[in-house]
Amino acid sequence: MELPKPDTRVIERKAEIVSDLRNLLPADAVIDSPHEVYAYECDALTAYRCPPLAVVLPETTEQVAAILNYCHAESVPVVPRGAGTSLAGGAMPTEDAIILGVAKLNAVLETDYSNRFIRVQTGRTNLSVTGAVEQNGFFYAPDPSSQLACAIAGNIAMNSGGAHCLKYGVTTNNLLGVTLVTMQGEVTEIGGPMMDAAGLDLLGLICGSEGQLGIVTEATLRILPKPEGARPVLMAFDDVLSAGACVSDVIKAGILPVAIEFMDRLCIQACENHAKAGYPDCEALLIVEVEGSHAEIDAQLARISEIAQRHHPIEIRQSSSAEESAKIWLGRKSAFGAMGQINDYMCLDGTIPVSQLPKVLSRISEIGEEYGLQVGNVFHAGDGNMHPLILFDANKPGDLEKCEAMGADILRLCVEVGGCLTGEHGVGIEKRDLMSDQYSPDDLDIQMSVKDVFDPKWLLNAAKVFPLAASEERRKQALTQAKTI
Amino acid sequence: MTKAMFNPTEVTELAELVRTRKSPFSIIGGDTCGVTFGENDTVSTSQLSGVALYEPEAMTLVAKAGTPLAEIETLLAGENQRLAFEPPDLRGLTGQTGEPTLGGVVATNSSGPRRVAIGACRDAALGVEFVDGQGRVLRNGGRVMKNVTGYDLVKLMAGSYGTLGVLTEVSLKVLPKPECVGVLLINGLSDTEALSVMSAALGSPFELTGVAHVPTGIDGHPVTMLRIEGFEESVRYRIEQLRQRVAPTYDTQSEFSADRTTAGWRWVCDVELFHNRPGNVWRISVKPSDAPMLVSQINTDRVLYDWGGGLVWLLTSPDEDVRDKMKGIEGHATLVRGTGYNRFHPENQVVAKLSQSLRQKFDPRGLLNPGLMG
Repeated sequence: MELPKPDTRVIERKAEIVSDLRNLLPADAVIDSPHEVYAYECDALTAYRCPPLAVVLPETTEQVAAILNYCHAESVPVVPRGAGTSLAGGAMPTEDAIILGVAKLNAVLETDYSNRFIRVQTGRTNLSVTGAVEQNGFFYAPDPSSQLACAIAGNIAMNSGGAHCLKYGVTTNNLLGVTLVTMQGEVTEIGGPMMDAAGLDLLGLICGSEGQLGIVTEATLRILPKPEGARPVLMAFDDVLSAGACVSDVIKAGILPVAIEFMDRLCIQACENHAKAGYPDCEALLIVEVEGSHAEIDAQLARISEIAQRHHPIEIRQSSSAEESAKIWLGRKSAFGAMGQINDYMCLDGTIPVSQLPKVLSRISEIGEEYGLQVGNVFHAGDGNMHPLILFDANKPGDLEKCEAMGADILRLCVEVGGCLTGEHGVGIEKRDLMSDQYSPDDLDIQMSVKDVFDPKWLLNAAKVFPLAASEERRKQALTQAKTI
Repeated sequence: MTKAMFNPTEVTELAELVRTRKSPFSIIGGDTCGVTFGENDTVSTSQLSGVALYEPEAMTLVAKAGTPLAEIETLLAGENQRLAFEPPDLRGLTGQTGEPTLGGVVATNSSGPRRVAIGACRDAALGVEFVDGQGRVLRNGGRVMKNVTGYDLVKLMAGSYGTLGVLTEVSLKVLPKPECVGVLLINGLSDTEALSVMSAALGSPFELTGVAHVPTGIDGHPVTMLRIEGFEESVRYRIEQLRQRVAPTYDTQSEFSADRTTAGWRWVCDVELFHNRPGNVWRISVKPSDAPMLVSQINTDRVLYDWGGGLVWLLTSPDEDVRDKMKGIEGHATLVRGTGYNRFHPENQVVAKLSQSLRQKFDPRGLLNPGLMG
């Protein structure tokens, strides 16, 4: 993975920069010893690592503003970090950058049940947002798999999704307002507890901008009343196509489940070996969850089972209790861990129109054969968000590269059939150089010109999202300008 | 000088028009919201029309910006689907007579009562194609439900009123039509009582898709309207549960007739209460619990609370300065019809500067609806 040439002037000035940051922040908020900064050398995309120049962990929005103001004036690159759970390398440092982590900003600032929102500092973890409101019967809907660990700051930066977003939407659909600190150190509110913000939709622009436009220190999030109940049905099929057709028919019938999850044989077997959930021996498995009162759930599950019958399932298992539900979800929830037991794997995140599901699944297995690598599929079928897991051996020379090349081919396939490179993980460094497969030079230029507005010196997380060749001119220009100051 | 009207029939023609243009345009779809400027030539997208792709099983529609909304709604209804964000038809307010277009709906982020449950137009927008101020044809987003590939310019374009580019094509998420619609009507509540009933309803697990209140309903008396949609047995169950939970002692009726519930919510959505009445029309977005107090301080002719109180429509005399009364509370007011004030609420300095710089990047020569949003 290529990274921009680090700015040696910044690296040479490390002692001075660290000392300046210490003057701006409490003593324990600046980390610069070489072995301590190693803890920040990567995020959950562990294949790529680079220790940062230093790490700062501010405790207030004002401190964040002071840091950014300083870094802007001194042209010091900054990489924002939530909890470091990015699967795309979104929080991976560069050698000349300081990591700005929001982990200490984790307070709940306001809960308002009558207006249905919560205001939190963004270092707070996703699950603990729900934790703060569940005793009053509410929850925060976006539920990425990493929700126990991941921070709201990262959720906003990556516009995170989750299994339940088929019904409730992703982060951007549940975000009402933010406190944004710009790279120049200015602090502003965008949106708020209202349902829509005034003027241009800057909130929609900030969400999913991968920490390249500013640092969000506080967020106003929509909270929702918990449903009366939720239960899944598990359906097993002899072939992948029948499972895909069943998904289409459920959606067309006007049923909107909270989640429709799909697993293929390789994943099912891995889960069985790992979690012993008692899944049927089959080619494809669907888990469909619906919500409502006990009677409503029974009625909806009956409708879904009736639709599934048309596609000749080999088994339908309708949950009628919390225990049965837990058992159905057990395998799915351990899927990633189970695959990890077989081998190292790379998890892709391309999204396709659901109509293309059968075609894409069979192409993926062909591509796997061409490369001689195994691939399992476990994904959110209702919205076409695929998660092909390519198995490889990190200790075998050349295997990672082979796996990366195969991943790129699968993602290009997703784009080719009308989909996109990433549905919920983000571009980061991982898919940066594939952006030209999805967007024309002009399409990328207009996105980069948005970054010019928020971060004219290209200091914030600048090695991400855009192909290095595409952003080179801008980064060079910014650097030249910085030098002449 | 007479105003010229351009009706490009191809995206390339529109791009060429913008590229070679020296003075500003007003941009319209069906010209139903009445935001054109007196002096400028006009570009209409109405001849860029037609549905490019509709996949009911994927809940996705792609259409050219000038496609009439009516054509899209008919097409979707054929597959028992709809635009779930319920775009209002504001012709009755603006007095305009054109045909609403899909591009116009997206450019104004026009969203009706169901916004409270399933999000605004911007939440349903999956992808855009547009011509920027340099005459480049640009794309962002796509036609899939989940997409975090690069910056989300789809949201930015939605609600940008043509100031960043001329929309030429949009992709939208559509949703199934429900089998049944039920409405719980509660009679005689004061604004404050209605607000707490609406909050309780939205805080219940019954998934309301419409929550509105009018101090003067069709018969002149206050009525609060709570809508639930879904399968019939479920809707009937939820309406009864809701009544017991939020309105056990109030005077209520339940309505399940398709015609009557449709007409009732059309009346809310299109703000029919204000039709054929003079005055300024304001659309205010606030925290619901702030709404009744704010309304009590404003001299109004008619009031409609939607989105559980988060959206307030006001009909006032032209000399009533609504924004002056909003000092100290979070929110903003848009002047939908009338005179004497800017259409859009003033922005804070940082946001105004960022927005201005964005407009400058997207439209460096200031050709596209200049000055409309600031």
